[in-house]
Amino acid sequence: MSDFYSGGWSVFVAVASVVSMIACLVLLGVAARRKVMVGANGAAGKDDNTTGHVWDEDLTELNNPLPRWWMWLFIITVIFSLVYLVLYPGAGSYAGSLGWSSTGQHQAEQQAARDAMVPVYARYASADADTLMKDPAAMAIGERLFVNNCTACHGSDAHGSKGFPNLTDNDWLHGGDHASIVKTLTEGRVGMMPPLAAVVGDAKDLHNVAQYVLSLSGNATDAAAAVAGQAKFVVCAGCHGADGKGNTAIGAPNLTDKIWLHGFGEEAIVAMVSNGKTNVMPAQSQRLTPEQIRVLGAYVMSLSRGDARRSP
Amino acid sequence: MPPVIPIVPVPAETGGESETVWLYEKRRQIYPRAVHGWFAGWRWAMVWITQLVFYGLPWLSWNDRPAVLFDLTSRRFYIFNLVLHPQDFIYLTVLLVICAYALFLFTAVAGRLWCGFTCPQTVYTEIFLWVERRIEGDRIARMKRDAGPRSIDRLWRKGAKHAAWLAIGVYTGFTFVGYFTPIRTLWAESFTLSFGPWEWFWVLFYGLATYGNAGWLREQVCLYMCPYARFQSAMFDHDTMIVSYDPQRGEPRGSRPRSADPRALGKGDCIDCTLCVQVCPTGIDIREGLQYACIGCAACIDVCNDVMDKMKYPQGLIRFATQNGLTQRLSAKQTWRRVLRPRVLIYSAVLLLICGAFVTSLALRSPFRVDVVRDRGVLARMVGEGNIENVYRLQVMNATETTQRFRVKVEGLDGAAVASEPDFEVGPAEARWLPVSVQIGADVARRLGSGVHPVKFEVESVDASGDKSEVEEKSTFVVPR
Repeated sequence: MSDFYSGGWSVFVAVASVVSMIACLVLLGVAARRKVMVGANGAAGKDDNTTGHVWDEDLTELNNPLPRWWMWLFIITVIFSLVYLVLYPGAGSYAGSLGWSSTGQHQAEQQAARDAMVPVYARYASADADTLMKDPAAMAIGERLFVNNCTACHGSDAHGSKGFPNLTDNDWLHGGDHASIVKTLTEGRVGMMPPLAAVVGDAKDLHNVAQYVLSLSGNATDAAAAVAGQAKFVVCAGCHGADGKGNTAIGAPNLTDKIWLHGFGEEAIVAMVSNGKTNVMPAQSQRLTPEQIRVLGAYVMSLSRGDARRSP
Repeated sequence: MPPVIPIVPVPAETGGESETVWLYEKRRQIYPRAVHGWFAGWRWAMVWITQLVFYGLPWLSWNDRPAVLFDLTSRRFYIFNLVLHPQDFIYLTVLLVICAYALFLFTAVAGRLWCGFTCPQTVYTEIFLWVERRIEGDRIARMKRDAGPRSIDRLWRKGAKHAAWLAIGVYTGFTFVGYFTPIRTLWAESFTLSFGPWEWFWVLFYGLATYGNAGWLREQVCLYMCPYARFQSAMFDHDTMIVSYDPQRGEPRGSRPRSADPRALGKGDCIDCTLCVQVCPTGIDIREGLQYACIGCAACIDVCNDVMDKMKYPQGLIRFATQNGLTQRLSAKQTWRRVLRPRVLIYSAVLLLICGAFVTSLALRSPFRVDVVRDRGVLARMVGEGNIENVYRLQVMNATETTQRFRVKVEGLDGAAVASEPDFEVGPAEARWLPVSVQIGADVARRLGSGVHPVKFEVESVDASGDKSEVEEKSTFVVPR
């Protein structure tokens, strides 16, 4: 619909525009000529190049005419604006006979850009991850996709930060093969640690189980508590496995390495066990095409490959 | 109470007749007469110099590329050895300031020298007038033919003239685009007419603008479009050398036999031949004094000197002179001494200063440029057992045409070290974004305390010949609570 509350305003704007243009022409026609006195009595007029007007006793008006082509330029601009109002939106809510709109132009440009990208990505549609990782052009595209879409959470250097996984350490919550990464990018992932304080027990039990978890990576500070905590680890083993090595099928982290996504130390572990946490990787399928995701997935893989390792 | 000015009706003029006049006049066609002499020679010299540079420069090669190329698509300007990135825009600004001061200086000393000798409008008009004279003859022949009946002779001459003008115009447009697209590629494209859409637009637009301005509009540009004419009076004073007619020597003007002594006839040196009006490209009479329409081309000086020679009078009835020089009858030496007034000296000093700074800055320009931007995703993070890491993005711009190797270091913060790969390469004229991680140990972080600490990045390049250069850039390091 129109930009106006009432259709009357649209008509008003259209009429006002057209009338003012025509009024400009009329004004030009009227003001382009002037009657001057000539000849006798030494009267002000054509002979001394004035228009014959005198104000305040002695102010006279000189006639230094503009060239006529200048006037024609003005007339051409008026004709141009009339033609413009017929072809393009401008007269009230009239859409113009060409049907042009800024939204339409934007969409056409987007479509043109997408069409231009089709042949670029066609080469990568069926390529496997190893081929993609060896293709510098594909990796350059991947790098730009990464910078534009991933760095806000995972950081410019892909090292992540607390709560946002490091993508360069070859430790994968949800699997590090190309298919798993593509699935992560396309559908997103939800990692859910339930609050388990009630199941684990009291503060002492929490201390013990935290020490046990630390002991898995050789970081226990209280060996006795760690031994005592092993029994309570049964609660955790359902997801993290009896050996604490995690489970990529459900995104349960490996507790035996030195990677601490949500913080290192007993305090952080107790907080996590007590309160739980839901961590979300958003789905990218609405932002990126499947071909882009394939290339981006290969790029993310390359970040933790020793020889093919590159920094974004 | 404000004073009241009574409106008194003026009685209608009696005895006069009224007539309707247009406030827009039909353009008066100007047929400038050909002129030869010292100043015309200088103008042609300037035409040759400016146009040899303009038409010739894009064809020069340098390092297997055009010597001068403004590559808009990849945003690099190549000028001989210089590779300019968009970040070097300041040089263009300084160049424009230099142009402005040069204009101030020249105008204060000798009026509109720019207009009369080097302005593209004058230069192309001069070229187009030369073509016109070759085909249609000089002033008298052109006026006669235009006033006469339509004829085959007139038709072919006009046709040939416009064809020649259009050819020059389009070639000029082609050369202009040749500064933005390598001109040899463009030349090859022109045989198959396979220009890109923007190349087509600019070749034709610039070409037709040249044709229209130098062929059709000519003095109308100077009179009605160019602002310079309108503010010249703000830049002139009574000690500015301007093209002037010497009324004390010339008046009273009038014709006389060559043998007669003008003093005996009670006449001045002006024989009223009107040649100064006939050669004027803007159609004014210089004898009426300084006018905004005078572009200072000195054609009237050349032609008047010829007439003075024929009359065996001394040259210089029309000459470059200052208004003070004319009214106070100063000698040439006295006039020049007054031309070197404080205003001129200050303009010269400022101009020299800026030119010196410009050249020095270009000469000392680092072969690369670095910008440091803190990573927008991560403020600071803890890595390993309590180390604090900040991430930065370094934009490193290579201002040379060879690949450069760089090494990045951090300074100014004890214990800070680059934790990512410190060595990297940037290709010719490339601008590369690199993530750089900087770490400090847990103990250092505790000593510094939480907050923002200044840090410096030093990027060092080593070129093939072993010459080192270094660029420093400041940033901050954040230690979280």
